[in-house]
Amino acid sequence: MRAPDTNEVLLQVEGVALAFGGVRALRDVSFNIRKGEIRAIIGPNGAGKTSMLNVINGFYHPDHGAITFKGRTRARMQPFEAARGGIARTFQNVALFKGMSALDNIMAGRTLKVRRGLLWQMLRYGPALAEEVEHRHRVEEIIDFLEIEAIRKVPVARLPYGLQKRVELGRALAMEPDLLLLDEPMAGMNLEEKEDMSRFIIDVNNHYGTTIALIEHDMAVVMDLSHRVAVLDHGVKIADGTPDEVKRNQAVIDAYLGVAH
Amino acid sequence: MLYRETSQFKTTYAEDMAIFPIRQDRIALGVLLGIAFIGLPLLATFHIWPFGGDYLLWAILLPFLILALAAIGTNILVGYCGQISLGSGAFMAIGAYSAYKLATGVHIPLAWLGFAISIPPLPILASILLGGLAAAGVGILFGIPSLRIKGLYLAVATLAAQFFFDWVFLRVPWFTNYAPSGSVNAPELNFFGVVVQTPIERYLLCLTFVTVTAILAKNLVRGNLGRQWMAIRDMDIAAELIGIRPLYAKLTAFAVSSFIVGVAGALWAFVYLGSWEPLAFSLDRSLDLLFMVIIGGLGSIMGSFVGAAFILIVPIMLNLIPTELGVPLSTETITHLQLIIFGSLICYLLIKEPRGFARLISIGKEKLRLWPFPY
Repeated sequence: MRAPDTNEVLLQVEGVALAFGGVRALRDVSFNIRKGEIRAIIGPNGAGKTSMLNVINGFYHPDHGAITFKGRTRARMQPFEAARGGIARTFQNVALFKGMSALDNIMAGRTLKVRRGLLWQMLRYGPALAEEVEHRHRVEEIIDFLEIEAIRKVPVARLPYGLQKRVELGRALAMEPDLLLLDEPMAGMNLEEKEDMSRFIIDVNNHYGTTIALIEHDMAVVMDLSHRVAVLDHGVKIADGTPDEVKRNQAVIDAYLGVAH
Repeated sequence: MLYRETSQFKTTYAEDMAIFPIRQDRIALGVLLGIAFIGLPLLATFHIWPFGGDYLLWAILLPFLILALAAIGTNILVGYCGQISLGSGAFMAIGAYSAYKLATGVHIPLAWLGFAISIPPLPILASILLGGLAAAGVGILFGIPSLRIKGLYLAVATLAAQFFFDWVFLRVPWFTNYAPSGSVNAPELNFFGVVVQTPIERYLLCLTFVTVTAILAKNLVRGNLGRQWMAIRDMDIAAELIGIRPLYAKLTAFAVSSFIVGVAGALWAFVYLGSWEPLAFSLDRSLDLLFMVIIGGLGSIMGSFVGAAFILIVPIMLNLIPTELGVPLSTETITHLQLIIFGSLICYLLIKEPRGFARLISIGKEKLRLWPFPY
């Protein structure tokens, strides 16, 4: 795919290290994500990919290193601060609100945009109702976009896995994020669902201009979707570049296929 | 056949988001409110069956309404926000005693500072609402541990609130205006010149409170704050990552819940009991409220009413039915039977239908919409 024209860096990860006791999940990892691109992070199991995402959205605090997002450098922050900064996230194992309908799940994604407080919401009249309707309009746009109109009022626990993943993407999109982190958006999907999801990811990137960082194991998907790929192995970045460069990189081939000893 | 949505087209999102989007539901609710506000008082005024005496109003409807109110409050915390609370009785007590103090005049002698805080007796409505606010304040205070501890451990923390306030209201004579017996009498129920005295008036007063609170609570739980509460309940990590602050969501749930429970406590004391002692708000009351919420339906305003009705009516039925059949049971047997029924029902519901009777009703309604076809 064609890379976006700008070289403006949205997120810069600089020398990040993270250890859980004796396990060094990340060692001196540096890379950047440019505005408007689809950036893939790949690597074998246990390479530290999810840890990297967790560091980016404030769920883990790195032991060393700094993260610069939209020009602001920080060492630690809370997840809801990351959310306020414009970082949205989906999970490897779907993390929806099981007791709520698909619509309510996506509406919950609008939380940060809600201006009226408790008393107004309690009256649900005039400006408060107008605001609620306005959010509903935005959410319905997302529902149309993701083609989940038919299931909007179904409790998410009753939905099949593929649709749950889609609702989760919808919830992240409802935040109107600048940076969207997708943790294995295609895990456990069949070919058709994967194709749908790929289409949505490309459309989100084109249509909303959202910068996307994704972790994925399906190499065909990664190589087709992403503009640039970073490869992690045992917490170390071993390669970084366009899909073609990464495919030819000997260190990557060794990491995935193993080396003869 | 009557319960059909055919030809009810919604053309705006506001219509789709109404409390009762289905016309038949709106009609049913209108009829129900009409009966409750006009029909029942008329029947009671003219002593038409089943209102031969005041028994039905006093012993069933009044406690039903007030406990339903308290159950709505408990449901917001336990059902919507997922924070188990065993302290609802304590918050009822705080509402009751704060309202009592405010209605009879507050005098705090601060001798060591050389002055005293005195507030003249407040009007009864202000006292009740401020009593609710006092409960909300204490609720926030006891909600703070919920940021660190979850589930059973939080339940124990709220249990501490229960025992602490049981003790406070029993042992600190200031709260009972130094009444020697520890029992206090409610002030005159004077609402802007209208004195509420007869059972019918009391019933209408509570009905108004319950109706208004139920509507406001329903608005809250289907608005953004309600979604925040449910998000925290269902998956707090994901909630945080979409920008929900756990602190704000949990403490507002504690505040709103305690406010409603506090107002219910004030009504229970002032309107239903008339004179009371701390025993009226013991742990048993907290457990009853929790049972109501679980049986009626966690996360459902309507379920709070169903649960309150069930918990109140079962003991009465256990008393009536065997007597009618000619095998009267002793009081102890009834109490034991009651515990057996509640216990087994809660076990059954928690396993089979964790969202209680309310969920069963909505499943029934869904089936009815499609009847006679299975889908």
